[in-house]
Amino acid sequence: MDARRGSLPVPRVRQVGFFTPNAQPAPTRSQSGPPDSSSPPLSDSPASNSLSPVMIPPPRHHSDNLAAAPRPTSPLPVPEPSPFRRRGADNNNALLVGSYNPAETLLAMSPSSSHVGDGESEETMSGGWFRRSNSGKLASSLPSGTFDFSPVQSTAEALKPNKVQNPVGISVLNNTILAEVSARPAPKEQQPEAPSSSKQPKPKLTKAERRALQESQRAAKAAAKAVAAPEEVATIKSVKQHQTQKKDAPQVAVSVAASERKGGDKSQEKERRKDAPAPRMQFDDKSRVEKAKRRSVVDQTEAKKRVELFRHLPQYEHGTQLADLESKFLQLDPMHPAIYKVGLQYLAGDISGGNARCIAMLQAFQQVVKDYSTPPEKTLPRDLTAKISSYVSFFTQCRPLSMSMGNAIRFLKNRIAKLSPSLSESESKSSICTDIDRFINEKIVLADRVIVQHASSKVKDGDVLLVYGSSCVVEMVLLHSHELGKQFRVIVVDSRPKLEGKALLRRLVAKGVHCTYTHINAVSYVMHEVTKVFLGASSVLSNGTVYSRVGTACVAMVAHAFRVPVIICCEAYKFHERVQLDSICSNELGDPDAIGKVPGRMDVNYLNDVSNSGNLQLLNLMYDATPADYVSMIVTDYGMIPPTSVPVIVREYRRDHLLI
Amino acid sequence: MKEQTTRAMWWRSPSFILDNRQQAQPYDTARGGALSIPPPPSTAMADPNPNPNPLTDKISAYYQTRAAHHGVVSSDWLAQAQAAVGHIPDVDDDAANSDQGAPPGEPFSVIDEFNNWRKQPDLAEAVAAIRALAAVIRNSQATTMMELEIELKKASDSLKSWDTTSISLTAGCDLFMRYVTRTSALEYEDFNSAKTRLIERAEKFGEISYKARKIIAMLSQDFIFDGCTILVHGFSRVVLEVLKMAAQNKKLFRVFCTEGRPDRTGLRLSNELAKLDVPVKLLIDSAVAYSMDEVDMVFVGADGVVESGGIINMMGTYQIALVAHSMNKPVYVAAESYKFARLYPLDQKDLGPALRPIEFGVPIPLKVEVETSARDYTPPQYLTLLFTDLGVLTPSVVSDELIQLYL
Repeated sequence: MDARRGSLPVPRVRQVGFFTPNAQPAPTRSQSGPPDSSSPPLSDSPASNSLSPVMIPPPRHHSDNLAAAPRPTSPLPVPEPSPFRRRGADNNNALLVGSYNPAETLLAMSPSSSHVGDGESEETMSGGWFRRSNSGKLASSLPSGTFDFSPVQSTAEALKPNKVQNPVGISVLNNTILAEVSARPAPKEQQPEAPSSSKQPKPKLTKAERRALQESQRAAKAAAKAVAAPEEVATIKSVKQHQTQKKDAPQVAVSVAASERKGGDKSQEKERRKDAPAPRMQFDDKSRVEKAKRRSVVDQTEAKKRVELFRHLPQYEHGTQLADLESKFLQLDPMHPAIYKVGLQYLAGDISGGNARCIAMLQAFQQVVKDYSTPPEKTLPRDLTAKISSYVSFFTQCRPLSMSMGNAIRFLKNRIAKLSPSLSESESKSSICTDIDRFINEKIVLADRVIVQHASSKVKDGDVLLVYGSSCVVEMVLLHSHELGKQFRVIVVDSRPKLEGKALLRRLVAKGVHCTYTHINAVSYVMHEVTKVFLGASSVLSNGTVYSRVGTACVAMVAHAFRVPVIICCEAYKFHERVQLDSICSNELGDPDAIGKVPGRMDVNYLNDVSNSGNLQLLNLMYDATPADYVSMIVTDYGMIPPTSVPVIVREYRRDHLLI
Repeated sequence: MKEQTTRAMWWRSPSFILDNRQQAQPYDTARGGALSIPPPPSTAMADPNPNPNPLTDKISAYYQTRAAHHGVVSSDWLAQAQAAVGHIPDVDDDAANSDQGAPPGEPFSVIDEFNNWRKQPDLAEAVAAIRALAAVIRNSQATTMMELEIELKKASDSLKSWDTTSISLTAGCDLFMRYVTRTSALEYEDFNSAKTRLIERAEKFGEISYKARKIIAMLSQDFIFDGCTILVHGFSRVVLEVLKMAAQNKKLFRVFCTEGRPDRTGLRLSNELAKLDVPVKLLIDSAVAYSMDEVDMVFVGADGVVESGGIINMMGTYQIALVAHSMNKPVYVAAESYKFARLYPLDQKDLGPALRPIEFGVPIPLKVEVETSARDYTPPQYLTLLFTDLGVLTPSVVSDELIQLYL
């Protein structure tokens, strides 16, 4: 307080945050620039955590460029089985299933490539495996065109997994050489959900056979490349239309072409990347999309008809990937089962709601950390961070991350990076696990409790509260106020296609709260009797914009027009320093069919036959941005604040968020 | 009419303020005239506990004190005030031992100390509370830091509960606790030096708060230009200080004073300004919109500044701010930082009302209800700037400051 008094004689107007347009201009100069909560260093921006394709290490393909690159650095023998027992087993399993490339290369090079055990008898089965994993192999066993630049181009993180795999591959080799049966039971106990087929015998080939196979594949690929080359020049649409063939030649060709194009100015490119803030993935950037796709685990099929204005957002066909991904479960070797499970749940929509998604993700990471062991010649902070980045990119492919999850990931990475190097591995692991627990507890669970306390103090007897959709914090506020014996009525406003409000309504009515249910179409009618509007948020941006379920902005605007106070309940970990002015530049697109079809109403499904026509585009936005002008108050774990104070919280507690 | 005047004077007299029996039936006094005039002041002042207990009879003690301090000055009033200031402390010191409000076994009562300070008409209630709390530390018998802190907490709680309607009292107590106890040096020192440090900080805080008005007056000088017309609502000591300093700086300006019903605080302000040879025009409260086109800026004080950046002030501020906003006139608020409160009213009725008796001069039929709320809430979008001892702030910075102070 007193510290500031020295500089007072000249009138100064300090400003924070953003101002409503109708605010009077200050008569004197305003001395403050933009709020100093501005952009963080590139490294800890969540965008760089999650979405930049630059950071995404190849999760699945042990592409032969990677296998080939470190060949000189890691000499083959010197098996070190004991610390890598589990990992070795893990990868052995993966090896069985399909992406056997590294081992293959190693074996091919290895002087000691003797195969004991399963031998010829299983070759009959291996045919099926090959057919299925054919595409993967084609994509990954790229011809030497990629070899020369890929190590340079890929970042350190990108290289890491490959290094991880090398010793693993060796140990696998070693295991097989030593003819230990012990590798077999291991995968079973590690992946309890894995069907019994995980024990499918390994397709063993002799060296000569493998050579021949490789040779033929290369030939096939070269042919395909020749065919695909002109296609690359054509529009992206045409590429999209080749979805069925995507896994084959065209994709390889495109990627080769793309990388060749870039090969020239790669140093420049690198410089630019260092300077620029890590961009979010713009899905109208063809080369980047292709690049990301090459690395992606989830085969998202892009929608055939994409809404033009939202080209930059991922627009995928819905409902197709789940089965595909489920079947691929066994091939995804570096993926921890817990991560996989949560990813599938995201994809299927089983986990929704910002807090639930964030908690599920953090718990999956906790599981990962528990099962983690540092590979040799690696340090835990760097390797684990890389691993988590790859998991995050997997999550992103399943469903775009929310900003709150970005914050949580940033926190986790920060904690890992800040680990004291003197700690032993088990100590570091337990420290990370405790940190995750604390984050969940303090930033989500306890924060909710504080918010409920604050918000329910604003509920008075005789109030009519309007809620929109289903937000767990708002629900807790309503129930808590009800438990306090306050007399109030709730109007649950809902909207198609999710109709989340029905579940909320059910729970409220079960508790004996007096409820009214209506759809958003009637919001202007019901608003005149409403005394307060309670809304949840997916995140709150630093200009006070509230990013929330689509429809929230509409409700808030109507409430503002009726002079009804709009109260946003949002935990402070969802605050983000980004500024967003509209709902277009960053959003998530849902299944367009969901708005085109009304389930159970055959008589109103007018769009059934038109939905394939070229001049119809269905847009199902998931979120929208509510300007700060329409928000009266934000209830957070730091108390009740005006939307103009969001940057203050972000500025004052960013360090706090990261360190707890 | 003469009876009216005397009665009005009676209302403003300190003895009335300190008499808690009187407040139970304020309307009777207004209606019934001389018949229900309370017993002589001496008995009232001898009452050991001057707490008007706002919870039971709903009359805001804060506004009574203000009325006592800000009513139209008359020689009679001054004499009474003088007598009260000279006399009451002794009475209260005697009464201190039998004070029920004080914890048993403690010879020092923070309420009494507070009341002593409060009787200085020039001292804001919050500053009085801050001084009283500083005295608590000084007189404390505690031997450990924890004990001292608990004692301090208790004292501040009792002060706060003394008058729940006063925002600045609550805020001042809270801020004092924050400011004084929030020093890392405490952890490394022995108890006595820690205590002296606390006393130092407490006195420093008291000093800061006391000087706040001067600082605000200095800061706001640049906003008053020659030839401007300033509309002032209510009687605020800070605003008076600002205008006084402007007059001393030979600025040429004129002031429109609202009447400030029901306690006619505007009359007092016009009185003070007339003494300074500032051209003053009195307006009735309903003439604000009529004269707004002549006005260049609106100056108001504040009872409390809330987290949204809005202010809580004497009834009528909101409508003046609305009129000024619609005519694009700047609204400046002068408020000391100890009035910053962690409150967030969503609308006018969101705060607990501070009630105040209103006299209409004629008897009001029993069936007619009277709105007796003494204050309203002005949302931040109608305010231009806040002049505080922390600097000239836009409304949104208030929350910034509060977050920094409290979290």
